[in-house]
Amino acid sequence: MTMPLNQTLLARASAKLGPQASMAIGLLVLAVLLAMPLLHLLPADNALHVSAYTLTLVGKILCYCIVALALDLAWGYAGLLSLGHGLFFALGGYAMGMYLMREAAGDGLPAFMSFLAWTELPWYWYGTDSFLWAMCLVVLAPGLLALVFGFFAFRSRIKGVYFSIMTQALTFAGMLLFFRNETGFGGNNGFTNFRTILGFDITAAHTRATLFFATVVLLVASLYLGWRLARSKFGRVLTALRDAENRLMFCGYDPRGYKLFIWVLSAVLCGLAGALYVPQVGIINPSEMSPTNSIEAAVWVALGGRGTLIGPLLGAGLVNGMKSWFTVAFPEYWLFALGFLFIVVTLFLPKGVIGLLRKKGEQ
Amino acid sequence: MRATPAPEIMLEPAYDPAGRGRDPIGTSTLAHKGLNVRHGTILTLEDINVSFDGFKALTNLTLYIGVGELRCIIGPNGAGKTTMMDVITGKTRPDNGVAYFGETLDLTKMSEVQIAQSGIGRKFQKPTVFEALSVFENLELAQKTNKSVWASLRAKLTGEQRDRIDEVLQTIKLDSSRSRPAGLLSHGQKQFLEIGMLLVQDPQLLLLDEPVAGMTDAETEFTAELFKSLARKHSLMVVEHDMGFVGSIADHVTVLHQGSVLAEGSLEQVQNDERVIEVYLGR
Amino acid sequence: MSTALTRILLSLLLLLPLAAHAGDAQDFVAANPAKQASLLERWSAAPDAARLPLIEALQQGRVAADSAKNAFIEIDGAYQPAEGDVQPVETPKKLRLNNRLRGLTATALASHQLLGEDPALRLAAAKQLQKSAKPAQLQLLNAQVASETDDGVRDALTLALANLQLVDSDPAVRLAAVRLLGETGDPLARTRLETLLDPAVEIDAGVRTAAETSLAQVKRKLLIGELLGQAFSGLSLGSILLLAALGLAITFGLLGVINMAHGEMLMLGAYSTYMVQVMFQRFAPEALALYPLVALPAAFFVTAAIGMALERTVIRHLYGRPLETLLATWGISLILIQLVRVIFGAQNVEVANPAWLSGGIQVLPNLVLPYNRIVIIGFALFVVLLTWLLLNKTRLGLNVRAVTQNRNMAACCGVPTGRVDMLAFGLGSGIAGLGGVALSQIGNVGPDLGQSYIIDSFLVVVLGGVGQLAGSVMAAFGLGIANKILEPQIGAVLGKILILALIILFIQKRPQGLFALKGRVID
Repeated sequence: MTMPLNQTLLARASAKLGPQASMAIGLLVLAVLLAMPLLHLLPADNALHVSAYTLTLVGKILCYCIVALALDLAWGYAGLLSLGHGLFFALGGYAMGMYLMREAAGDGLPAFMSFLAWTELPWYWYGTDSFLWAMCLVVLAPGLLALVFGFFAFRSRIKGVYFSIMTQALTFAGMLLFFRNETGFGGNNGFTNFRTILGFDITAAHTRATLFFATVVLLVASLYLGWRLARSKFGRVLTALRDAENRLMFCGYDPRGYKLFIWVLSAVLCGLAGALYVPQVGIINPSEMSPTNSIEAAVWVALGGRGTLIGPLLGAGLVNGMKSWFTVAFPEYWLFALGFLFIVVTLFLPKGVIGLLRKKGEQ
Repeated sequence: MRATPAPEIMLEPAYDPAGRGRDPIGTSTLAHKGLNVRHGTILTLEDINVSFDGFKALTNLTLYIGVGELRCIIGPNGAGKTTMMDVITGKTRPDNGVAYFGETLDLTKMSEVQIAQSGIGRKFQKPTVFEALSVFENLELAQKTNKSVWASLRAKLTGEQRDRIDEVLQTIKLDSSRSRPAGLLSHGQKQFLEIGMLLVQDPQLLLLDEPVAGMTDAETEFTAELFKSLARKHSLMVVEHDMGFVGSIADHVTVLHQGSVLAEGSLEQVQNDERVIEVYLGR
Repeated sequence: MSTALTRILLSLLLLLPLAAHAGDAQDFVAANPAKQASLLERWSAAPDAARLPLIEALQQGRVAADSAKNAFIEIDGAYQPAEGDVQPVETPKKLRLNNRLRGLTATALASHQLLGEDPALRLAAAKQLQKSAKPAQLQLLNAQVASETDDGVRDALTLALANLQLVDSDPAVRLAAVRLLGETGDPLARTRLETLLDPAVEIDAGVRTAAETSLAQVKRKLLIGELLGQAFSGLSLGSILLLAALGLAITFGLLGVINMAHGEMLMLGAYSTYMVQVMFQRFAPEALALYPLVALPAAFFVTAAIGMALERTVIRHLYGRPLETLLATWGISLILIQLVRVIFGAQNVEVANPAWLSGGIQVLPNLVLPYNRIVIIGFALFVVLLTWLLLNKTRLGLNVRAVTQNRNMAACCGVPTGRVDMLAFGLGSGIAGLGGVALSQIGNVGPDLGQSYIIDSFLVVVLGGVGQLAGSVMAAFGLGIANKILEPQIGAVLGKILILALIILFIQKRPQGLFALKGRVID
């Protein structure tokens, strides 16, 4: 870890490629992303029409990009490798799902509850018919869980792999909990068959376009937030924390507060991504919390390059793009490819694709 | 136990973000605001015992460091020097005994962070700097200021703080590599950077574990001068094996052996002490 | 006609000792179904040891008759006359029994078996009678309860008797039955008594009160069995966790390698067992019972070899980078799972217990200790002992410990660190393989087998303290028992979550685990 990792790709790449070039690439990507929802609104026979499938797929990947960025803030900057970010993502998703289920059920109970012969809503469902309260839950559910877990974990100085294992156990426990019908979140099947959001048909073109647009905005906002954090003294303290926690304590910094802040922030970002994911994909179930999903997010970050801001986005895009292609072309081989990716990245690309590009740039 | 101090001087150490009243090489006024050193003793260790699974690392260790004193601790390997520093900085909790910083701060009840914030700085045996950050950033983080999360989020270096870092950079002769990542420094440079970090941290008591290991003779000499200039304004506790270095700085030397103080006095006195000779030369 | 008569006479003479019921089989064969039923009922009420073979044959559908209504019993494909030595007129036709008759046969068989020597058979018979006893058998049951020597069988018989008496119209008889039930410690008695508390079922208030008292009595007796049962299943789960975590305690605790593919080593061990079983079925079916013994070394070597290969190709490049190791080994685990899916299919494969591992010991009426679980507890402890010996008493163990404590120094002393790493990793994986053999005997064997154990295993190692075999043993059994105690109270899932929360809280107090060494903090 001799290279400074805490500088953004833009800052570094601009030194190599020239600020104009990297800025231009970034703006181009942003422009394409902003144009996509508009193109989706074009009539289907138009040559430039973007299909609902493509828009959903890209929207989904953008949500994953936010997760990757959130994970990178915790792992790449503060050295907290979470293998449980899927839990926060799913909690955000479930909070949004609750609202959508209430919306679909009208005055009655959500379908799965009637199926279980329940006659009234469990207490934690109260108020979820209000969009505003649901949005509060999107932030509060993952945020509070992360706060409580982080408080205890950081207090007892659980770090490194111990922390990772604990987070994995946490998401596993969450998955088991949500698999139960009695928990009140639809058990195995989770939530699906959404109809409307804020009164708008959820499958309508303009709803999709708006959701997609919101995702892009959230991504850009998270990116800006990450950039500000990385450039602040806070970001430098995090980097110091990652590399020499003891030294930092003897400098008079209390690492717990720093860890807790970035950890909760990361969880909340994940929850927001989950909340945007659910209405676009149209389903949320406990398998989102499976340890496999969370650890896959870690490989997005590792592949892209942790400790950078653009790396995780690149990684999430690459892996999910590959996944979409593989599961159609060679479904049997996707897990092989993913497995090899894990190994190759850790063995040969310790600094990810971004590190590779930088090296190229320096030569 | 010491006498209960008068309430008006029982103030907690306060931050001095503006860094007022400091001289060029990082020493500040002797009477640090807030720390009660009424009896002229900055560090009090009495009857400290530490054992690890039956092995007694410290036995009834009693030691006082006066305000402005430069104390050298010597002793054979395993004498308990590092464990003593761990106790002072809160890394190891003593089984029993009294450890006070100034007259009022009970070190055995404070966390590592609180101890560091109250004004005890420590340099590790192995130089530890934040390798991914630049030299300048290392100093920036170490600098005495409000170190809470919110403060860090909004922190901006003031001109004064920047000047202060620049001064220290010059002092430790790392001005030319200020923006290099600290990980790329040589061993000796890292030692100096760590000393520099202590300087900007501006503690009242500095604990230095083998500060000149890996330094050239010229660097060692320079370090000796630096420490001597720090003394009187700060209190220093230096653990060192290099007798030449100890001789050049110390007015007072403590010999540790098997976890307790064997001898204390000037270097000359200590060197002529029968028991010390026995410990060092074998019987 | 006359020859037939002489034959019968002759056979009667020959079978003189059996003469008293020489006609049973003939009678039965000749009778119409209604008559057959009353015959069976009569036999049930007054069993006779000599009639047992006939009833057994009836039960197994081996009784046949020719057109002359002579009874035959099929033995190994040949028809033997049931009585005398009549030759069949033509190939005898097997008797078909209707459902009612089959039920009556079972009852009759049970009451005949009650007279047998084997307590296990008597117990089974008594259990059968609990379900199907007829009022006509009251006397027989009373007599048997009085003369029965085995406690378990007497309890079972008492229950059968009480079941009969409970439907009696006389409240006094019912009261006696309820009291009788109170004497047993059988879970069935509890359910029977519970139904009696309902006024709609039992009209007599006195009997209901007695039922309450008896129920309390039975529950007290059952409690011991339940507690022991929980403790046993806790030990059993603990031994499984131990087998799963022990290898991890070596690779993680000693080498510091976070092997997320460890669960897959368990899985491969289980699949090796499956392969050995298939080999035995194909090439040595007569020795099939021994396959788990052969599977042990096979699984050990397969998984150890895979483990060593992984160590040499991937993991050794990642020493000192625990988080990267974690990711890489997770990748390995994905590949191994998918590989097994491609080769063996995504479905579970069938690994059967050999006869000596099936069944169990009935300790109390509500407590059966299955042999496979007893064997696994013993096996887990044996593996721990072996590992301890290996680490503390052999050259390899010394080398492993040396490398663990100071790699550079060990290398300077001439310890081949690379080889030691490889062997230690192989050992850890091999032990996981052994665990896999054990798991295959009690659960499903599928590609995802390992995934369900990996998190629990890590928790065991974290809780036990890294590098501490004793800690791992304590933690495994502690977690196992805690799980099983919580399970009936709040359900398996909430129990698991509660335990996770407890572990997090526990780590607050003892960050280094149960058995941590204190020492100078080194930086």
